Amino acid sequence: MEEIIISVAQRTLVAGTPLLLGTIGEILCERSGILNLGVEGVMSMGAVTAFIVTLSTGNPWLGLLAAICAGMLISIIHAFASVTLQSNQVVSGLALTMIGLGVSGLMGKPYVGIPLPVKMNSFDIPLLSDIPYIGPIFFKQSPFFYMAIVLAFAVWFILMHTTIGIKIRATGENPKATETQGINVSLIKYYCVIIGGGFSGMAGANLSISYSKSWIEGMTAGRGWIVIALTIFALWNPTRAIIGAFLFGGIFVLQYLLQPFGISPNLLGLLPYAATLLVLMAIGFRNSQKLNAPAWLGEPYQKGER
Amino acid sequence: MVRIKVTDRDTITNQQSLLTLVLSLVAGMLAISLVFLINGVNPVFAFTKIFSGSFGSKFGIMETITKAIPLILIGVGLAIAYRAKFWNIGAEGQLLAGAITGTWVGLNWGPHLPSYIIVPLMFLFGFIGGAFWGVIPAILKIRFSVNEVISTLMMNYICAEILTFLIVGPWKGKTKYGYPYTDDLPDSAILSVFSGTRIHYPTLALGIIAIILLGIVIYKTKFGYEVRVIGENIDAARYAGINFFKTTVIIMIISGGMAGLAGAGEVAGVHHYLSYPASISSGYGFTAIIVAWLAKLNPFFVILSGLFFAGILVGGDAIQISLGLPAATVQVFNGILLVFLIMGDYFLKHKVTLKWAKD
Repeated sequence: MEEIIISVAQRTLVAGTPLLLGTIGEILCERSGILNLGVEGVMSMGAVTAFIVTLSTGNPWLGLLAAICAGMLISIIHAFASVTLQSNQVVSGLALTMIGLGVSGLMGKPYVGIPLPVKMNSFDIPLLSDIPYIGPIFFKQSPFFYMAIVLAFAVWFILMHTTIGIKIRATGENPKATETQGINVSLIKYYCVIIGGGFSGMAGANLSISYSKSWIEGMTAGRGWIVIALTIFALWNPTRAIIGAFLFGGIFVLQYLLQPFGISPNLLGLLPYAATLLVLMAIGFRNSQKLNAPAWLGEPYQKGER
Repeated sequence: MVRIKVTDRDTITNQQSLLTLVLSLVAGMLAISLVFLINGVNPVFAFTKIFSGSFGSKFGIMETITKAIPLILIGVGLAIAYRAKFWNIGAEGQLLAGAITGTWVGLNWGPHLPSYIIVPLMFLFGFIGGAFWGVIPAILKIRFSVNEVISTLMMNYICAEILTFLIVGPWKGKTKYGYPYTDDLPDSAILSVFSGTRIHYPTLALGIIAIILLGIVIYKTKFGYEVRVIGENIDAARYAGINFFKTTVIIMIISGGMAGLAGAGEVAGVHHYLSYPASISSGYGFTAIIVAWLAKLNPFFVILSGLFFAGILVGGDAIQISLGLPAATVQVFNGILLVFLIMGDYFLKHKVTLKWAKD
C-alpha cells in the first residue's frame, strides 16, 4: 500500500511537470497582455526538436537546449503578428498551433516509432532523497521537475518583486500609461512572448525525452490547451500554477489507476478535458466578475493610441 | 537608414482587397515552399502534385467537391460565430456530435421508414446534436465566464472520446467482424450521390440553402445586425439593449448545428457507418476556421474558400501518398496561409512606405 501511494504521488508530479512548465510561460506572456493560443503547437515543436537532437547527439541536455530555442524561434511568428501587426491574437495563436503541429509532424516523420537510447535520467538529490516518503516522492525526480519548481518561483519573484516585473505587469494592465513612462511596450511584449515560447518548448522536451522517450504525431494531446486553462486557474500567479499543474497531473494518473476497475479507457480518457471545464466553471462561478486578468489581455495596442 | 512610415488607409477599394488576398496567398505559398524545402521535399513537385491531384482531373474535381461539402457547411456556421467574436474552435466536436445523433437515428429508425422521411430526420437530429454540443460552451461563457476557445476545444476531445467509446463498446457492429465500427446504415438512410462520384448532393443542396438563408440573416435582418454589434462593441450592444444571452445561444445553435449537419452528411453520404473520429472527419472542423477567415466571414465567399481548401485537402492526400508525408502536412498549409492572410489584412488597412533617409 505504502509503495502504491508513493508511486502514485511520484507519477502525479511527473505528469504535472510539463503542464507546469507550459503554464509558467503562458503566465509570463499573458501578464504582458498577449494571449498566446499557440502553446499546443510550440510544445509539439519542442518535443520533436528535443527528440531529434537527443537522438543524433546522444545528449538530452543538448536536446533540451534545442527545444527551448525552437520554441522561442517559432513564437516570433505570434509576437510579430500580435505586437507589430496588432492582429487578432486568437486567430494568430491558432495559426501558430497549426504551424507548430504541422511542421513538427513533417520534421518528425522519419523518427516515428524509434525508441530513444538515452533519456533525461532522474536525479536523486543527495541526503534529501533518503528522507522516508518525502524523499522518493519529491527528490528522486527528473531534472525537469526541479527546473519547473525553481522556475515557477523565479518567474513569480521576477514578476512581483523586480523592476522588470513591474514593467511587464504594467504593460499588460495599462500599456498607454506604461509607454508614457518611457518604457518600450512592444519590446517587453516581444520578450514575454518569445521567452514564454521557450517554456513551451521545454515542456515539449519534457514529453519526448523524459516522459515518454519517443516521438509520435499529436503526442502533446491537448496539454497545450490545458495549460491555457491552468493559466486562468492560477490567476496569473506562477506559484499558484504549481498547485494547478499537479492537480491535473493527478487526473492524468487517475486514468491509469481506474483502468483495472473495468471502466472504458475512452471514458477515462476524457477526464482531463472534462476536469478542465469543471475547474474553469468553478473559478468563473466563484468570482465571475473579478478574475483579475491583465486588463489589456488579448487587446491589440497601437503605439501612441488615444 | 531605412525609415518605415505607417499610416491608416482611409478608403479600401474592392480591387485593393482582392489584390491583397491574392498577394497574401502567393506569399503564403512561397513560405510553405520554404518549409517543404527545409524538410527535403521539392516544393515545385509538391505543388504540382497538389493541384493536379485536386483540380487536374475529373476524379480530382469530384473529390474536391465532396470534401468541400462539410467545409462549406461548417465554414458558414463559423462565419456567423466569428462575426460576433465568439471563437468557436469546436466545430470538429460539433461535427462528431451530429454524426453520432444522425447515425443513431439512421440505425434505429431507418429500417422502418422510407428514405424521404428518414433522411430529413437524420439531418434534423444531426443539427440538434451539433447545436447541443455548441450551446454548452455558449452557456458556460455567459453564466460562468469560461473562455470559449478552451471550452470548445475541450468539447472536441470529449466528443471524440465518447464516439470512440460508442464504436468500441455499445454500438459496435455485429456485421463488422470485430472492427470498431457500427453496422452499415440501412439503404433508406444512405444519401444519393451523383453517379460515379461521392458527391452526396442532398447535403450539398442543404449547404447552398443554408448559405442563402444565413446570408439574408446576416445582411438583412435585425438579428444579423445584433450579431455584428456584439462582435464590434460589446458595451454598445449592452447599451442598445441587445439580449446577449439569447443572441449568443442562437449563434451557437446555428454554428454548432451547421457542423452537426456536416457530420450527419459525412456518415450518411460518404462512410455509411460510424468509425473512428479521425476517419469520420479529416480535420474539417479546424480547416473550416480558415475557410471562414479567407471568406472574410461572408457566407457567399465561403463557397469559394471551401472549394479552395477542399482542393488542398485532396491534394494533400495525394502528396501524402506519393511523397510519404504525414497527415499533419495540411496543418502547415492551413497555419501558414492563415498567418499570411492576417498580415495581408494589416497591409490592407495600413499604408506602409519605406524611405531612405540620410542620418
